Amino acid sequence: MIQAKINGIDIKVKEGTSILDAAKKVNINIPTLCKHPDLDATAACGICIVKVKGGNKMLRSCCTPLEKGMDIITHDDELQEARRTVIQLILSNHPNDCLQCARNNNCELQRLAADFGIRTVAFPHVAKELPQDSSSKTINLVPDKCILCGRCVQVCQQMQDVWALSFLERGFQTRISPAGDINLSESPCVRCGQCSAHCPTGAIAEFDQTPEVWKALYDPNKYCVVQIAPAVRVAIGEAFGYPEGANLTGKLYAALRRLGFKAVFDTSFAADLTVMEEAAEFVQRFAHGKGVLPLITSCCPAWVDFMEKFYPDMVKHFSSAKSPHEMLGVLSKTYYAQQNAIDPATIYMVSIMPCTAKKYEIQRSEEMYASGYPDINVSLTTRELARMIKQSGIDFMHLPEAQPDHVLGEYTGAGVIFGATGGVMEAALRTAHYMVTGTDADKVDFENVRGLKGVKETEVNIKGNKIKIAIAHGLENVEYVLRRVQKAIAEKTELPYHFIEVMACPGGCVGGGGQPYGATDKLRVARAHGLYKEDDDKELQYSHHNPYIKKVYKEFLEKPLSEKSHKLLHTHYTGRPLYKK
Amino acid sequence: MTMGYKKIVLLKDTGSTGRTKEFYNLFLEQCRLENLQDDVQIVRVADIGMYDKGIVVRIIPGDITYAGVTEAHIQKIIQQTLKNNKPVKELLFTRASKQMRVVLKSCGEIDPENIKDYIACDGYQALKTMLAKSSSEDVINELKTSGLRGRGGGGFPTWMKWKFARQIEADQKYIICNADEGDPGAYMDRSVLEGDPHSVVEGMIIAGYAVGATKGFVYVRAEYELAIERVEKTIEQAREYGLLGEHILGSDFSFDLEIRLGAGAFVCGEETALIASIEGKRGYPSPRPPYPSVKGLWGKPTVINNVETLATVPVILRKGGAWFASIGSENAKGTKVFALTGKVKNSGLIEVPMGITLREIVFDIGGGMLNGKKIKAVQTGGPSGGVIPEHLLDTPVDYENLQKLGSIMGSGGMIVMDEDDCMVDIAKFYLKFCVDESCGKCAPCRIGGFQMLGYLNKISEGKAGEDDIELLERICNASKKASLCGLGQTSPNPVLSTLKYFREEYLEHIRDRKCRARKCVDLLTYHIGQEKCKRCSICMRNCPVNAISGDKQQGFLIDVNKCVKCGKCFDVCKFDAIIRE
Repeated sequence: MIQAKINGIDIKVKEGTSILDAAKKVNINIPTLCKHPDLDATAACGICIVKVKGGNKMLRSCCTPLEKGMDIITHDDELQEARRTVIQLILSNHPNDCLQCARNNNCELQRLAADFGIRTVAFPHVAKELPQDSSSKTINLVPDKCILCGRCVQVCQQMQDVWALSFLERGFQTRISPAGDINLSESPCVRCGQCSAHCPTGAIAEFDQTPEVWKALYDPNKYCVVQIAPAVRVAIGEAFGYPEGANLTGKLYAALRRLGFKAVFDTSFAADLTVMEEAAEFVQRFAHGKGVLPLITSCCPAWVDFMEKFYPDMVKHFSSAKSPHEMLGVLSKTYYAQQNAIDPATIYMVSIMPCTAKKYEIQRSEEMYASGYPDINVSLTTRELARMIKQSGIDFMHLPEAQPDHVLGEYTGAGVIFGATGGVMEAALRTAHYMVTGTDADKVDFENVRGLKGVKETEVNIKGNKIKIAIAHGLENVEYVLRRVQKAIAEKTELPYHFIEVMACPGGCVGGGGQPYGATDKLRVARAHGLYKEDDDKELQYSHHNPYIKKVYKEFLEKPLSEKSHKLLHTHYTGRPLYKK
Repeated sequence: MTMGYKKIVLLKDTGSTGRTKEFYNLFLEQCRLENLQDDVQIVRVADIGMYDKGIVVRIIPGDITYAGVTEAHIQKIIQQTLKNNKPVKELLFTRASKQMRVVLKSCGEIDPENIKDYIACDGYQALKTMLAKSSSEDVINELKTSGLRGRGGGGFPTWMKWKFARQIEADQKYIICNADEGDPGAYMDRSVLEGDPHSVVEGMIIAGYAVGATKGFVYVRAEYELAIERVEKTIEQAREYGLLGEHILGSDFSFDLEIRLGAGAFVCGEETALIASIEGKRGYPSPRPPYPSVKGLWGKPTVINNVETLATVPVILRKGGAWFASIGSENAKGTKVFALTGKVKNSGLIEVPMGITLREIVFDIGGGMLNGKKIKAVQTGGPSGGVIPEHLLDTPVDYENLQKLGSIMGSGGMIVMDEDDCMVDIAKFYLKFCVDESCGKCAPCRIGGFQMLGYLNKISEGKAGEDDIELLERICNASKKASLCGLGQTSPNPVLSTLKYFREEYLEHIRDRKCRARKCVDLLTYHIGQEKCKRCSICMRNCPVNAISGDKQQGFLIDVNKCVKCGKCFDVCKFDAIIRE
């Protein structure tokens, strides 16, 4: 332990604690623009400077560990003046068009300027005038608004191991861009959107598609339907002042109805369906030797894109089951349309996702048009939906809860935990156990697959069969898992795993790139807790117990992996290696 | 180790008769006659550090210098000195120079591409003795006694850097020679690498032994072609002689070197950016701690020393730390190489004991001012340094003294300025360099530098108000305090020091729109002195914008509104009739 003083307050912290973090422990917030709790300090902004009493040098509190006996001053005339000057310098090179910005009211730079009471910028305004990049149709790059904190580059290169974003040029001309100055759509970007979730300003944001949705909602010839993903319900509350992790499923249904959607579905229903297909696929591969092991989950589109680009040799390991949101899309325009005698051509399906990559997934391949129409018309992020609710004048806080539409809105606890890392695995194991043994597992919870550890490895015993599993979230953690598999395959040794779940975003979908800003591990845990709590509260916790899943199979799909489900619910993957040796 | 030549004879005609070659042939012929051609090497050198002393002959080892040598003396020199090691007393020249050559001792005197020359001058003796007799701790203690501080500019005690790296347990440690010399006008490192590369390599091997490193990198900028070539040869030769590689000189110690080329970014001279560059990353500085000696190249303990520092190490071991400490001043021991340039008679590389005054350097070594002009200031430390006015020239040169004056020692640039130098212009020149070379990572340097330059431009164009000086100072202070690395912390030095000592000059630019040095073109006015004008009309005919009108009867006038201040009329007038103010 290190003993020191901050602003005269005695403090004891673990060795290696930064001055910034140490100060928080004694309720002192040192301002910073670039430091993010998820990331190592890059020390780019120069706002978090502090000084040691008696010393003349300023230290950057984000990256300087507190040392024994230090007497730190975090706020005084000199420091505040330097900070004020740096903030003004940043503002002198920022568009300052807050009113038209995607981050208006939710911008770290804006907040800092407000806290410091900046009323005028003393220095001449020098605009950047760089072109925007909307080419990926998922993530919008507005380099003019970039303050070069470097978070997105760190996220893209380290946390996600994608290396799409980098710094170009230098000095005053420095900017962020895909390396080689190409468009984002031509870059290795997998559209996970973590860059946008970490950006302190409006320089990277989701590709806003609310105008299209408004247009459809106001179109009398369109039959608008909507689905919400599991992770959305435990995060949207943050936009309305709810406590972290509050589960607002009922309010969401109500709000979506008020927005004008004629039917409100829940992606968790399709998650149950995915479990049926995927568990069947696993059992087929594991117990009947049809197809290769390990089986790897494929419901995360950023992960699918990443795998196709960086691990094309793993294509055959992927579960061919579509993601829940795509399954629900195709069912809405086939099964639901038939049942309710609606012309599927008029159905306009909007999905509310915690994710930016879903915007890409809906056009991934022709299999995303299995219904004969776009299975999903538009995919919106949680952030976009929150704005729509606010725009429409809905008093979300006081809205009475509502129910989803029948059949495609009915789900079990297994379906809703899809939103947290390990959730897909856990749900699939519950059903795989049943498929192999014909009975349910004694215990519903597989705790070893939960939590925020980057790679979770464990064994599950089903009827004497040891199933070795791995769960990775945050793409940086994929390498370890897949290298082990590649090595075992190459050396023809025993496989390290039989079943692997991967989610591109840290924490899984609850930490998705389209979720409300400000995600930290603490928040991810709270959001995941909201989902696990709903699972516990649900009467049914096994996908195969969902009576409506049974009904849909009976009336429409026949059985898991039937010809019809293959046609509608499955897809295939194509290796598209980016780098060739 | 085998000996090469027994004696080396250096020749230089320090007059202007250009007879060096003639004497070279005479010496060669006489040596052949005496059958000495295998023992004696005769070298024509470009600079011998002496002026106006006729033919100068220096014989090494032994450091005998003869001045005013004539044909008649040749026979005697060969007989007495080369054959019998006795000096020819009547020719002996004792240099009264205040220079003291330690690092530069062999530069220009030995053949840098021939390891035998280096060995003949006690080269690799320090290494040999060390391997036989000293522990790594002894080496560090010797350095501690010597008081050697980093010559790259920071002035950090070399022994401490080494000790920190030595204390850390690691499977791999590295030594890096920082030869990314980038200050405009500085070429100390290049000269050492070109003139005495073995001394640097020996220093690196010793450093490797002291800290327990087995691998070293020479990071040199790609523009230094000759230096690179020579270092390559040096490494090759050292390997041949068993001085690099496995089991150096039969000991247990192994060490090898590689060259890494820098692409010319100034900031890559900053140690953390340099490490990033070697790792193949963008040359961005990173926060310290961790210091490279704890966590450096590829996360391993790494010692980074400047060329001059490393070249000093073998001498210290050979002659003892106490000897080195006996040179110099209280706070700074030993000698320092400076690149003396500007308005001084003898510009060139000089090496002086620390503690010498700037006045001694300019007048005693530099030979005083060029063209008899009055000295105005001396700029030290390159673009990160400051300007020291005439009344402070008696300050003894050391790290702390220069810092107190608002400048720095830096890597050793020293530029002498006279009345024709405008201090605003000087500040602008250096700042422009740093703005161009800023890596762009942190806001205070990236935006601050750009804005500061804007204010300086405004001042030199006569468009500034007095408030602008305050704003300029405000940014300077913020950049100094809040920048991450040395570049941003010191780039305001030229501005702040000129403002400190020459504020009047700034105010003249602002209030009177005058530049007393007539450097700031926008502030100049041109008119025709009618009493001197012979009405030849040459000015009118040469004016590119037709700003001059009139005829031979009435005389000529310059229309100040049309004049673009190109100075063409001033240059072409043969009668000094154009007045420039």
